[in-house]
Amino acid sequence: MIVANRKPLEEILGMLKPYKKVLLLGCNECVTVCATGGEREVGVLASEVRLSRAKEGQEIEIKEQTIERQCDHEYIDQVRPFVGEYEVILSMACGAGIQYVAEKYRTKPVLPAVNTTFLGVTLEQGVWSERCQGCGTCLLDQTGGICPIARCAKSLLNGPCGGSSNGKCEVDKELDCGWQLIIDRLKELNQLDKYEEIIPIKDWTSARDGGPRKRIREDLKL
Amino acid sequence: MKTKSNIEKILESGGFVVTSECGPPRGADPEVIRKKGNLLKGVVDAVNVTDNQTSVVRMSSLSACLILKEMGFDPILQMVCRDRNRIAIQSDLLGAAALGINNILCLSGDHQKFGDHPKAKNVFDMDSIQLINTVRTMRDEGKFLGGEELKGKPMLFIGAAENPFADPFEIRAARLGKKVRAGVEFIQTQCIYNVERFERWMEMVRERGLHERCAILAGVTPFKSVGMARYMKNSVPGMDVPEELIERMKGVAKEKQSEEGIKICVETIERLRGVAGVRGVHIMAIEWEEKVVEIAKAAGFLPRPQL
Repeated sequence: MIVANRKPLEEILGMLKPYKKVLLLGCNECVTVCATGGEREVGVLASEVRLSRAKEGQEIEIKEQTIERQCDHEYIDQVRPFVGEYEVILSMACGAGIQYVAEKYRTKPVLPAVNTTFLGVTLEQGVWSERCQGCGTCLLDQTGGICPIARCAKSLLNGPCGGSSNGKCEVDKELDCGWQLIIDRLKELNQLDKYEEIIPIKDWTSARDGGPRKRIREDLKL
Repeated sequence: MKTKSNIEKILESGGFVVTSECGPPRGADPEVIRKKGNLLKGVVDAVNVTDNQTSVVRMSSLSACLILKEMGFDPILQMVCRDRNRIAIQSDLLGAAALGINNILCLSGDHQKFGDHPKAKNVFDMDSIQLINTVRTMRDEGKFLGGEELKGKPMLFIGAAENPFADPFEIRAARLGKKVRAGVEFIQTQCIYNVERFERWMEMVRERGLHERCAILAGVTPFKSVGMARYMKNSVPGMDVPEELIERMKGVAKEKQSEEGIKICVETIERLRGVAGVRGVHIMAIEWEEKVVEIAKAAGFLPRPQL
């Protein structure tokens, strides 16, 4: 899923300063799973903003609304009947959702209530961890199913740097060395010989470096 | 002989190589380099020039290399993958060769988190092994990574670093094997304090015959004080300092500690010279260049061969 963090209340209040009528828009997908921007968090943020504004004696009207997905236009369309009643949309979706809402309501300012961080997994209740950077050319078959691009702080493709110590990364003592994980897994799979192969310099055209990406499936187009 | 490198020459003649390093200053004053250079004159066969080591901004390695070159040294240009993509790297390789630099040390580079600009974006378009292959491709095939031919091959003697003490230990020789296959010709190791562990690593290296395909230069760094020894042990990732060395440093009076540090360094060199497959030493006296001559003399390395 896409993992995001809610922005600090102070920052959100700063963005909302000029506005009195706000549509606070949650998303039922990834940000709900990572407990950042779903219905529950929409309720919490709305209460926090109302309280802070009340303390300053400044009125604010907040409409709380959570839609199925902010990355699909048919769901974004669901707020069209009443979006005009609000001065601004405060979105709790990931960066993709926020932008798509902005594209659909061109005359309405759309503000981000979250910082979108990474593609990751739930390690345990309340803990998420990065797994993928969406580089567009997956090499997990060569690295024991563990991605060196996402999980090595230097994205090294041919093994650990000299800073790998007791399984941990030099960047942070709490952080696993991605290459230690790869080597351990290759051993478990009895594939340590795979490590001997030199992975050539990567073609980054399929990643962000090639420019904004688009995928077209002609067979699915209507 | 592929290049005009001093160290390639000495290695080819079967000699034992002595190198040291020089960290460029945090400013534009060339005198700092010249002063450090003067301390190493006639003492070593080549001088590494670090590339923004520990991610702290300094005068560029290439500029400092040129200043040392003008003084008659054979500098080793250190190059990290942290700050440059493949376009900048290949361009700098051509520039270095054009300016008469004969040696390159290919490194991944410390993470920017440790430096004075931790908010920087890192590059890592390639890793150190791919960098080795890049130099080899340009030099031996006369081609850019993009496949097109270049005119005027960069004749650089290709080096890299290895840390025999980093984890996972069991793949450390395999990693060196990858570097050798990528085209590395000499290796400078991380500072060695735990000679037994280094010997175990060398055993793995010899088992694969890697010591015959690249020259291993063993790295040493003298302790200035027990405080430094402790810092190396506890705070530098991938460093292995045995407790007995800390005890030994602790056992002498404070004003005698730097002397003891030099003594330990010379004894370590003596042991390393006896390890099969070691072709030289790399003396890294960090901000203590004036001691390199003392170490080299005590180790019996002087005078250096005139080529």
